[in-house]
Amino acid sequence: MGGYFSSYAAVLVLFAIGLVIVAGALSVNRLLRPSRPTPEKLLTYECGVDPVGGDWAQSQVRYYVYTYLYVVFAVDAVFLFPWATIFAAPGFGMTTLAEMFVFLGFIALGILYGWRKRVLTWT
Amino acid sequence: MAEVLDVAVRLVVIIAIFLVLPLVAGQMEHKVMAHMQARLGPMYAGGFHGWAQLIADGVKFMQKEEVIPTAADRRVFVLAPGVALIPYLVVMIVIPVGPGLVGVDLDAGLFFVLAVMGVGVLGSIMAGWSSGNKYSVLGGIRSAAQLMSYELPLVLAASSVAMAAGTLSLPGIVESWQWWWLPWQAIGGVVFFTAGLAELRRPPFDMPIADSEIIMGPMTEYTGMRFALFMLAEYAGIIVISALTSVLFLGGWHGPFLPGPVWMLLKVFLLVFVVIWLRVSYPRLREDQLQRLAWVGLVPLALVQLALTGVVRVLAG
Repeated sequence: MGGYFSSYAAVLVLFAIGLVIVAGALSVNRLLRPSRPTPEKLLTYECGVDPVGGDWAQSQVRYYVYTYLYVVFAVDAVFLFPWATIFAAPGFGMTTLAEMFVFLGFIALGILYGWRKRVLTWT
Repeated sequence: MAEVLDVAVRLVVIIAIFLVLPLVAGQMEHKVMAHMQARLGPMYAGGFHGWAQLIADGVKFMQKEEVIPTAADRRVFVLAPGVALIPYLVVMIVIPVGPGLVGVDLDAGLFFVLAVMGVGVLGSIMAGWSSGNKYSVLGGIRSAAQLMSYELPLVLAASSVAMAAGTLSLPGIVESWQWWWLPWQAIGGVVFFTAGLAELRRPPFDMPIADSEIIMGPMTEYTGMRFALFMLAEYAGIIVISALTSVLFLGGWHGPFLPGPVWMLLKVFLLVFVVIWLRVSYPRLREDQLQRLAWVGLVPLALVQLALTGVVRVLAG
């Protein structure tokens, strides 16, 4: 280790502590709790009545459109971060500003397209 | 050696904050909500205005039987609460509370925060899928859809601050903060806070949980300690989002008269109050309204903020 990634060592340690906290809370729970399972208790909960219908059902998932939109835009947005730190550096100024408007234009056009295609409204 | 000790002290403080502040926020929610609804809220536990209510709840959760339904996918079901909770603990390491008072100053801090916070929502999707319950699956999928729609305005608003400060390090952002950033970044601040609330699935964005239609969404089948971990994750999330909003948009530790960490704490709890206030005031948004708000409302606003930030930054030199 050492160098750039050494600052992430503390992050890893904190992550390990997080694991210990969760595992600790669950083990204390294990020591203190009763355990008397019955078939009725382990049944799927549906507001107190026995589960209705089988475990396979078809439904229209409308969310996949948002997944597409998200994948397109969020991947774009990630590139903003390295750019954001240097765009106002001396000598860049206007050039990077123009680039930014090109970028914003693309995203705005994408959303406008989605909106015109009526993917943002539900029938 | 001294260096290791220094890091150890910082980690201990972070863990103390992680274990205490969510409980304070939870108790505050009990009392503030109660008074806004002309009730008293908890009054018995601990004597004085029921201050120990959440400790009593914790003791109760500790002793509760764990029920894992036979239909559940056991391994994923068991892991989900941990996946929901731990990211919020890890994020706290980069949030500064005063000059030099930060766990680690990562140079990609802002990026780290956004990346790690996205993991927390996975816990809810895992819980929803593995429960083997139709209502849980619906809730899990709603969580996923909500994360996707609100992640984009969140990222855009955050990058506007990175543009203003010219750095991704959170202490660096607070150090370069000036009072006139308040109006300059106001749109971004509102977008960030709203999108953050939606990521936490807090009312009015609690469609994934929607207790009156899909029981409790992904958490329907959870009991005892694992349910408590989900609850802790929710309140830790409120603290993290409020702290991030203060750091990015409200100037973190900046403020007259009082020492920095006190200002930070004040700002965080002011935002926690707003979170509770919104929960009491607004009805739940319907799923399509929720998606519309993100794509037609918040994303264009965030783009306007980006343009504004870029123009002002370049013209002002």
